[in-house]
Amino acid sequence: MKNMITIFINDKEYKVEPDQTIMKAADKLGFKIPRLCYHPKLSIEGACRVCVVEVEGHRNFVASCAFPISDGMRIKTNTHELRRARRDIVELILDNHPLDCHTCERDSNCELQRLAASMGIRARHFAGDRKRYEEDLSSDAVIRNPEKCILCGRCVRLCSEIQQVHNLTQSHRGFSTVVTPAYNAPMAESVCTACGQCINVCPTAAFLEKNYTQELFSNLNDPTMIKVAQFAPSVRAAIGEAFGLPVGTNMEGQLVASLRLLGFDYVFDTQFAADLTIMEEASEFLERVKGNGKLPMITSCSSAWMKCLEQFYPDLIDNVSTCKSPMSMQGAMTKTYFAQKLGIDPSKICSAAAMCCTAKKYEAARPELMFDGMKGVDIVVTTREIAWMIKSAGLDFVNIKPEQPDNPLGLSSGAGAIFGTTGGVMEAAIRTAYDLYTGQTLIDIEIEAVRGLKGIKEGSLTMDGKEIRVAVAHGLGNACKLLDVVRKDPDRYHFIEIMGCPGGCVGGGGQPYPLTNTVPLDDAALTKRAKALYDLDRGKTIRRSHDNPGVQKLYKEFLEHPLSEVSHKYLHTHYQAKLPVGIIPKEAKKIEVKP
Amino acid sequence: MTELAQDKMTTLREFMAEVAQREYSESYLIAVLHKAQELFGYLPREVMDVVAEGLEIPTAHIWGVATFYHYFNLEPIGRHVVSVCMGTACYVKGANRVLDALKRELAVEVGQTTDDRLFTLQEARCLGACGIAPVIMIDDKIYGELDSEKVIEIIRQHRRL
Ligand code: SF4
Ligand code: SF4
Ligand code: FES
Repeated sequence: MKNMITIFINDKEYKVEPDQTIMKAADKLGFKIPRLCYHPKLSIEGACRVCVVEVEGHRNFVASCAFPISDGMRIKTNTHELRRARRDIVELILDNHPLDCHTCERDSNCELQRLAASMGIRARHFAGDRKRYEEDLSSDAVIRNPEKCILCGRCVRLCSEIQQVHNLTQSHRGFSTVVTPAYNAPMAESVCTACGQCINVCPTAAFLEKNYTQELFSNLNDPTMIKVAQFAPSVRAAIGEAFGLPVGTNMEGQLVASLRLLGFDYVFDTQFAADLTIMEEASEFLERVKGNGKLPMITSCSSAWMKCLEQFYPDLIDNVSTCKSPMSMQGAMTKTYFAQKLGIDPSKICSAAAMCCTAKKYEAARPELMFDGMKGVDIVVTTREIAWMIKSAGLDFVNIKPEQPDNPLGLSSGAGAIFGTTGGVMEAAIRTAYDLYTGQTLIDIEIEAVRGLKGIKEGSLTMDGKEIRVAVAHGLGNACKLLDVVRKDPDRYHFIEIMGCPGGCVGGGGQPYPLTNTVPLDDAALTKRAKALYDLDRGKTIRRSHDNPGVQKLYKEFLEHPLSEVSHKYLHTHYQAKLPVGIIPKEAKKIEVKP
Repeated sequence: MTELAQDKMTTLREFMAEVAQREYSESYLIAVLHKAQELFGYLPREVMDVVAEGLEIPTAHIWGVATFYHYFNLEPIGRHVVSVCMGTACYVKGANRVLDALKRELAVEVGQTTDDRLFTLQEARCLGACGIAPVIMIDDKIYGELDSEKVIEIIRQHRRL
């Protein structure tokens, strides 16, 4: 243990580890100094000064998130003057903020609101000039409302430091400072990957998903349409949080029942298509291993990663699997196989998806994914949006009697469930690829090496004497590190999984806002959501995608076999380099490749 | 792109290549942007794109820097730059009225350039000529003791130049 030092907080003596900030030390001692711009996973900006404390010997208050402790330091966190200073700061922010909490999307989920309440601010004093900006509604996925922005800079740091997308900056200065993409470009014309992580870290409603709930409600009320739903694995693992349930409560059955009550005629499960994806992807991988196509093969189900690939890594396009994402495969099968089975015109189907992801809204609109002149998925709503719809429809989500998804596109294996967490696609793919390649059954199907929240995970396995080296990255910043290794050492891996969001889909940009007293991107919360999916897997008798009888039937009746011509027509896609070109800064690429 | 613009771009690329040799080349961003503005008169988007690729700095960071410093022009500037002093002395003596007259005469807002590319209107901090406030500066010449009529006359003279 390091040499402990002594500090005094509010005159009480504590022994603490050196080399940390006042805030970190205080956090561990049971204090919670108010804060705003600080986020434990981002660099320290020290911009808001909400976290001020008094340090003996310093004339001015210091920002506790940035100020290091030293031996003998005497700190005050709760004097009258401090409370007043913090309150003044928050009031100044409020004076430059629209006063429309009761109609705001983040009402009751807003950090600024909570902070103001905790400071006892109950009235506004000044009515000065407030900044005015147009909303940027250009993107299908992530919209921007700079009037709500309080310039904490978290989104800018997140998009740069965690995602390495560097789409945002604080442009201009002084009163005119505003968070924008380069050239004040609309989000739709920026390098934004639509991952939605800026929504998750924003304390207010300055970033939001584009809302499609009204469009979905009108479709649900249209008697001439056949309404078909699908929902992603991690929606069931997180939606409970929006109803006050503990993090990691699996609400699959309640979600299915609620979707039916909302008016869906058929409720399918994206996990079915996750199994289908594995059939195609594992087969494609084995083809590549045989020499037909480039290695390493990189997975393609994460929509934010798709956009990142086309702008930042066009040179790796041939390495990326041509498989559509489970959502898009499910959509395609809904409007072809299922429509034919029912004998209905696919244009009469409203295909809707409840996703943990904002980028899926972008994906659904990608022209590359169309077939027979149709989109596979017409409307995508996030976990947050579907939770709101359930509340708005007056359903008792928590106590509703659980139900099962419909057939033929509703049955899933355990492999389909773990798709929602980092490493899950790799694990599912290995379970199937091994069996297809060797003709034997893999016994140890829980592959620990690819589980967990380490940024980049590596593993290897032997199939009939052949060593297969795999790697998994989650969050685009980790992906970027891994891909730079691939650029320098293309033979290092055979198979790579990339998910655009930290933690994978469980940490998606469309998931419920963090509960009071937790922070966005919290590892403990991500782990609990992932555990819900791993438990689901363990609870199933069928745990390998190729054992899913629904998928087997689909091949028999419609697709013939993996990678068939029909499969290629409906389940595969292509990518192309797109503008604007994404630039990753030099210092992020200074990685040494160890042999 | 015109041949001239291409030449300028080549000069800029050479300048960046030279800078890129040095350690911490990212920290030369401001110097490179200055060079670009010297060459092009302002910072067009295509030029910032070239700087971004040349220095491997994301465009958003470049945009943040270019909009932070007043001396970078993001739009083409006119043949004459008209700066209105907004220092305390000038302000007290009616710089606002002078500025309003200029806005009307030139039909632009502060920071903009007239359609004929003759004038760019800017605000300035104290120009150091408080004795003859209110003052404006056109290119590098100071004009003092102005009012709305005098300033319009000065602009008209420049039109005839
Ligand atoms: S959606 Fe993702 S990529 Fe786009 S601005 Fe937000 S954090 Fe950056
Ligand atoms: S948009 Fe949100 S996260 Fe970004 S600076 Fe503004 S308030 Fe902070
Ligand atoms: S939280 Fe410390 S300055 Fe913002």
